Amino acid sequence: MPCTVSMTVNGKTVSREVEERTLLVTFLRDQLGLTGTHVGCDTSQCGACVVHIDGRSVKSCTMLAAQADGAAVTTIEGLAAADGTLHPMQAAFREHHGLQCGFCTPGMVMSAVDLVTANPSPSEHEVREGLEGNICRCTGYHNIVKAVMAGAEAMQGGTMKAAAE
Amino acid sequence: MANPTGIGASVRRREDARFLTGRGTYTDDINRPGQTHAVFVRSPYAHARITGIDAAEAMQAPGVIAVLTGADMEADKVGSLPCGWQIHSKDGSPMKEPPHFPIARDRARYVGDAVAVVIAETREQAKDAAELVMVDYEELPAAVTSLKALEGGAPLVHDDVGGNLCFDWHLGDAAAVDAAFAQAAHVAKLDLVNQRLVPNAMEPRAALGEYDRATGEHTLTTTSQNPHVIRLLMGAFVLGIPEHKLRVVAPDVGGGFGSKIFHYGEEAVVTWAAKKVGRPVKWTAERSESFLTDAHGRDHVSHAELAMDKDGNFLALRVATIANMGAYLSTFAPSIPTYLYATLLAGQYKTPAIYAEVKAVFTNTVPVDAYRGAGRPEACYLIERLVEVAAAETGIDKAELRRRNFVPASAMPYQTPVALQYDTGDFAKNLDIALPLVDYDGFAARKAESARRGKLRGIGFATYIEACGIAPSNVAGALGARAGLYESAEVRFHPTGSVTVFTGSHSHGQGHETTFAQLVSERFGVPIENVEIVHGDTSKIPFGMGTYGSRSLAVGGSAIVKAMDKVERKAKKIAAHMLEAAEADIEVKDGRFVVAGTDKALTIGDIALQAYVPHNFPLDELEPGLDEQAFYDPKNFTYPNGCHVCEVEIDPDTGVVQVVSFAAVDDFGRVINPLIVEGQVHGGLVQGIGQALYENCVYDEESGQLITGSYMDYCMPRADDVPSFTVRYHEDQPCTHNPLGVKGCGEAGTIGASAAVMNAVVHALSEYGVTHLDMPATPERVWQAIRRHTPAQAAE
Repeated sequence: MPCTVSMTVNGKTVSREVEERTLLVTFLRDQLGLTGTHVGCDTSQCGACVVHIDGRSVKSCTMLAAQADGAAVTTIEGLAAADGTLHPMQAAFREHHGLQCGFCTPGMVMSAVDLVTANPSPSEHEVREGLEGNICRCTGYHNIVKAVMAGAEAMQGGTMKAAAE
Repeated sequence: MANPTGIGASVRRREDARFLTGRGTYTDDINRPGQTHAVFVRSPYAHARITGIDAAEAMQAPGVIAVLTGADMEADKVGSLPCGWQIHSKDGSPMKEPPHFPIARDRARYVGDAVAVVIAETREQAKDAAELVMVDYEELPAAVTSLKALEGGAPLVHDDVGGNLCFDWHLGDAAAVDAAFAQAAHVAKLDLVNQRLVPNAMEPRAALGEYDRATGEHTLTTTSQNPHVIRLLMGAFVLGIPEHKLRVVAPDVGGGFGSKIFHYGEEAVVTWAAKKVGRPVKWTAERSESFLTDAHGRDHVSHAELAMDKDGNFLALRVATIANMGAYLSTFAPSIPTYLYATLLAGQYKTPAIYAEVKAVFTNTVPVDAYRGAGRPEACYLIERLVEVAAAETGIDKAELRRRNFVPASAMPYQTPVALQYDTGDFAKNLDIALPLVDYDGFAARKAESARRGKLRGIGFATYIEACGIAPSNVAGALGARAGLYESAEVRFHPTGSVTVFTGSHSHGQGHETTFAQLVSERFGVPIENVEIVHGDTSKIPFGMGTYGSRSLAVGGSAIVKAMDKVERKAKKIAAHMLEAAEADIEVKDGRFVVAGTDKALTIGDIALQAYVPHNFPLDELEPGLDEQAFYDPKNFTYPNGCHVCEVEIDPDTGVVQVVSFAAVDDFGRVINPLIVEGQVHGGLVQGIGQALYENCVYDEESGQLITGSYMDYCMPRADDVPSFTVRYHEDQPCTHNPLGVKGCGEAGTIGASAAVMNAVVHALSEYGVTHLDMPATPERVWQAIRRHTPAQAAE
């Protein structure tokens, strides 16, 4: 049975008819064309699909679109400022080479932003534990961890070396 | 002043902007008008006869457009997926090469073998209908492990391949090895398993087929590391489509690690089906499907023996390996346990005699092919474990034993007894850098400190060398390659001085859009933002062999250099004409074309404009335009090498291994972008650590069911499993035979890491008398090893 869902996605109100079984990630990708959110597994393990629901990170393959009815959803496409200025976490990933193939990156960045929101000055150990739900096969995590620590500092208002380069 | 976007600069990656904002375009992100969706019906049995397929009910399901089977492909004369490398057995007979159809015809040979494909309006409808396709199977006994498949009376994967033996190959001088062993003062022996792994690029495979009735052109968009190779193999051997009517596009690809080199059946099916149903057909693997159907890696069982004299000098190495090929031969499968493995068994050592025998075996499992390192990690792991055993048995310090046997830098170029000729390398220097970096002398104190906390501590080395930059076509051809292994490039200057570079290499995380642009920026002084790198589209790029074997910069980059040489030659002619000077007097300095000894100079931009606005051109001598193409065929392999040192701490109560430090010292020749190179090393190290401690692909030995078929069961290394790394490189041993002096860095981390970690683990456990442990060193395995070696009273 189709049902109608309405939510705010990246600041815009959207309303669509979906099959009840439609996952949030499928809704975002196939119905809204927001293909920055990726699907890397089918067991909610890899974290490539992480988005923010009302400001908290959620694996969008693990909830139905219908469950997000009425929620405010932010995807990777909605993270940068309206003028295109990268979010400090996005800028930190670039500066510290925290991405290679880019496939896990949207989920990794969205998880990192939530991690730092909850813990503004995480230790390396806390960053590593906090990203346990996001798998990256390319970077070996080394530069992701550096990026998240630098991104945390930048989100606190600290300046990041050459971030704007 | 050094060019801030030239060679040696850590230029921040240009591709990142789109990936960080969700604007990458991966295959599954692409949707076409009228697009349909394909879902495969796959065999639930490892081995079964297909006696009937009833699609009537599925055809009635909502949205279903077609259900197609192997019989439909046969009727359309669709061919077998070809194998790109032919090995000959010891007796001169060619390897057994049974057909491998995109959809199985009468027999399924592994769990996941495609049996039918459902095409429907939506993915969900196709998935629902796939459940309704009734396949009658007659289950057959399965040969699952390589050892059991070789036993007499084992079920035959292919009826006409007796003993399931694909080939029985060898390399080296058996008589010389036997003679050396007869003289040996000490022989170290080791049985080891290099376990099967699942590559697990984070982007699952996907393919989108299209057919244009107006032009008769087919387009395949696919998750590939080498779109031209797919075009060649699929067009010529499988579907019979000539190159000029077949376009293959590999857009942004989310990691490959080898698993996206090969031509897979799904690519042929969507291309074929798009014409059949008259609409675009898209297939995207779910992760469970990736586990079942992506080519796996490794899966060697080996016995090795090292003969030494009384001083620990290596006299000879003897190796026997059984390599699992899976159910069919994947594209490059036969080359992996042979010419990419046994040829590396000299390692960094001057062992004078080496003999290796390799039996390749068919089993009822998914095909095995190249996975990051491809043969070389297996060689490195074998040698370096064996050397460590030899050190323990002879009491010679393990760093000293290695140093004693290194091929000295002064012996370069060095001909090994297993076919390769190393061009450069200073192995002792790598070790000299590594030892103080890890405070080798302080290990005993650290071990004592760990012991005070009730922990075990071990340190392990791996010195590796790999053959990269694959490969001189004449050598590869002589060894059985059915393709050339050059690379192409085109460097096109536009009238206003911006540049488009077309490369046959493919980037799926390696950062070519940055590194390759640095080559152009360095050479011609062009701002990097004015250089565009185009890859991954057979309709745009002259040709290409793609990216694998750490070859992109060494071969693809060299092709760009060769094309730039041609551009420069022509630009000099144009400059001479414009400046009214002799061509011989034009010098290129910092990207400017200068008349020697004068201040008369032009930029490449000035020249490009003139090339396209040739109002005053001597047309008899000069063609308009500034656009040059080159193919580069390497003269030799390149030989990245290094020394990796790992230190672990083990909790004897739980068996948990923690990597407490890891240092990698590498020689990649000249480095173009240090930031990217270090990132490649980090990623490689974690894949090596993953093999050593976590990853293991397990099939049930009786039923052939894949036990580790999801991330719930297959343990991928995560951020909290690994440490940060100490990475160093030196550039004073550049490659001698390519114009950039580069060796390649993509696989090095993976090649060295597994051996270094396992040597550290065994070292830590040595106080219990443990001399070897097979990978992965999971807590359970380590705990069991400790228990096995603990005296009964102590264990109580």
